[in-house]
Amino acid sequence: MSVFVDASTKVVVQGISPTSQGLYHALRNRAYGTKVVAGTNPRRAGEVIEGIPVFATVAEAVEATGADASFVAVPPAGSAAAILEAAEAGIAFIVCITEFTPAHDEARVYSRLRRDFPGTRLLGPNCPGIISAGQCNIGITSGDIALPGGPVGLVSRSGTVFYQAMYELTEKGVGQTTGVGIGGDPVPGTSFVDCLAAFEADPETKAVLLIGEIGGVAEEEAAAYVAAHMSKPVVAYVAGVTAPPGRKMGHAGAIISGSTGTAAAKTAALSRAGVTVARNPTEAAQAMVEIVSELP
Amino acid sequence: MDLYEYQGKQYFARFGLPVPDGETADSVEEAVAAAERLGFPVVLKAQVHVGGRGKAGGVKVAEDAAEAASHAGAILGLDIKGHVVHRLWVERASQISKEYYASFTLDRSDKRYLCMLSSKGGIDIEQVAEEDPGAIARCHVDPLDGFSEQEALALAAEAGIDEQARAGVAACLVSLYRCYDEGDADLVEINPLVLTQAGGVLALDAKVTLDDSAAFRHPEWADFAGFEELDHRERLARERGLQYVGLEGDVGIIANGAGLAMSTCDMVEQVGGRPANFLDIGGGASAEVMASALEVINTDEKVKAIFVNIFGGITRGEEVANGIVQALGRVDIKAPIVVRIDGTNAEQGRAILDSHGAEGLVSLPTMLEAARKAVELAAASASGVAGPSSGVSR
Repeated sequence: MSVFVDASTKVVVQGISPTSQGLYHALRNRAYGTKVVAGTNPRRAGEVIEGIPVFATVAEAVEATGADASFVAVPPAGSAAAILEAAEAGIAFIVCITEFTPAHDEARVYSRLRRDFPGTRLLGPNCPGIISAGQCNIGITSGDIALPGGPVGLVSRSGTVFYQAMYELTEKGVGQTTGVGIGGDPVPGTSFVDCLAAFEADPETKAVLLIGEIGGVAEEEAAAYVAAHMSKPVVAYVAGVTAPPGRKMGHAGAIISGSTGTAAAKTAALSRAGVTVARNPTEAAQAMVEIVSELP
Repeated sequence: MDLYEYQGKQYFARFGLPVPDGETADSVEEAVAAAERLGFPVVLKAQVHVGGRGKAGGVKVAEDAAEAASHAGAILGLDIKGHVVHRLWVERASQISKEYYASFTLDRSDKRYLCMLSSKGGIDIEQVAEEDPGAIARCHVDPLDGFSEQEALALAAEAGIDEQARAGVAACLVSLYRCYDEGDADLVEINPLVLTQAGGVLALDAKVTLDDSAAFRHPEWADFAGFEELDHRERLARERGLQYVGLEGDVGIIANGAGLAMSTCDMVEQVGGRPANFLDIGGGASAEVMASALEVINTDEKVKAIFVNIFGGITRGEEVANGIVQALGRVDIKAPIVVRIDGTNAEQGRAILDSHGAEGLVSLPTMLEAARKAVELAAASASGVAGPSSGVSR
């Protein structure tokens, strides 16, 4: 089992061309076993690129191939429009890896999805993607660092620490169900809480490793969710324990968040929620090894 | 990008917000000339990216040219919490009757915009937030709905804004929302927003943080760049396109990805060391990027050991290793380098580094071991023990 995507997931790559980033990653994803069934590019409709049929629009790709997930790797100026096009075409799961999408575009997209497409889940923007080990990999994660078979669900805001943590688990022989990189942008489509809820509901996932970082309130919200709803053990690491406080501009941030946002506040909130908090990714993986060895 | 007050006011004015007339001045002569053009009394305000200017002597009122000259001389060159004043904003003094607070920013928790308005504006607004949170009226704004004059008037009433000022404050809020939304800002804040004795409403200060990701659709932002306070390491890194933050320790850090770079700093501190910097080389570490990163670190006299921590995801281990080897051939690095490469093709990468066999270049397989080694080398150098750092040859 896995969350959000599995071996049956069919992926359409938006904005495909022989030189696009999307194609480069999609081919790696396909080599992993992901069903990459279509690409879109209005200027190349009708072509077949590396065995991937290209359509003018996502709607046409969905109609012809039954694609139910999309992979957005277009430049920042076009990422919001690409996400909405996929939602309008009925895509249920959209992965957007695009870095530097304007924050207001993200806020508008989030609002639009919440209002008009409640059945669509967006992962990202600015995320490494998702990998259900041995089944489906959408995004830029190197598939060989994942170990199929569970029992750990992994969720991370940071990209490289996501890889690091997954790799450390795999090195220690601890498999994963699904790894979800939610990204660290201001308005992520999928939150820690969404992933924790999915892992809690997934029978194959027995424990969750959560990788946070400083800033924002996502870890505090995750802690509240764990305390109220999680029966499965959770291990967490918050990157930036030793980071100096950034230059602060204005009062609005301080008024909204008070003392939340620092690594200390986040780790304290997670500890209070019963989460095992590690000080670095190596410790986090080690803590997970111990938890997994004690699972019934 | 954080704007200075004068840039923020110029940006506000584009969206129709009322701001006092003013001019910038980089010297005493310019300040006096500006003051005479504007008409006395004037306020001279230090342009620095730090709060508490007034308390530090960075804001002064001048009644005549002699006073303007004396204040300008005192403020220019003033060090305010580590920020040296190079520029003044000289503006017509306003006769203040009341001080309010207004802002728009993103509420990350709610994922909508948040407008905050208070009738208790001024320098102690954060204290007000803590002690009397009810004094700050809040209103969430859905970006698809926008923010109307009616909502602004209702919020002004809720915040207890004086009746005579409500229409003016509401108009300011609507313009401020446009500045935030169409202006692609992460934060717009006016503190204080004042009611003048003449009954007008004016933005007396401006805090604006622009969303760098939206720069592609704002060519006019180019006017704001080029006048920023950075230390020399940060300036060099910026020129090379690297994400760099200077810290106080002696272990130089290079990593790929912001999270891993922070994580590397965490690990170094946990094994007893102190990071000299945070440096993220991003994805796809080429020889060029690695050389630049090593060069930036190399200019930091405090650095006694360098820890290069790479997780090969898309980036392949052997490419990183080749990058380091090429960089070593181009840059004369003073401190010993500890490299840890994990992930994709890490074995090949380590083999390349081992076969290069330079003294002062150590390759270790895990993040923890490498952190320990880097900290140990830095400590050995600091205590004067002859180690690789005293004379790296290659």
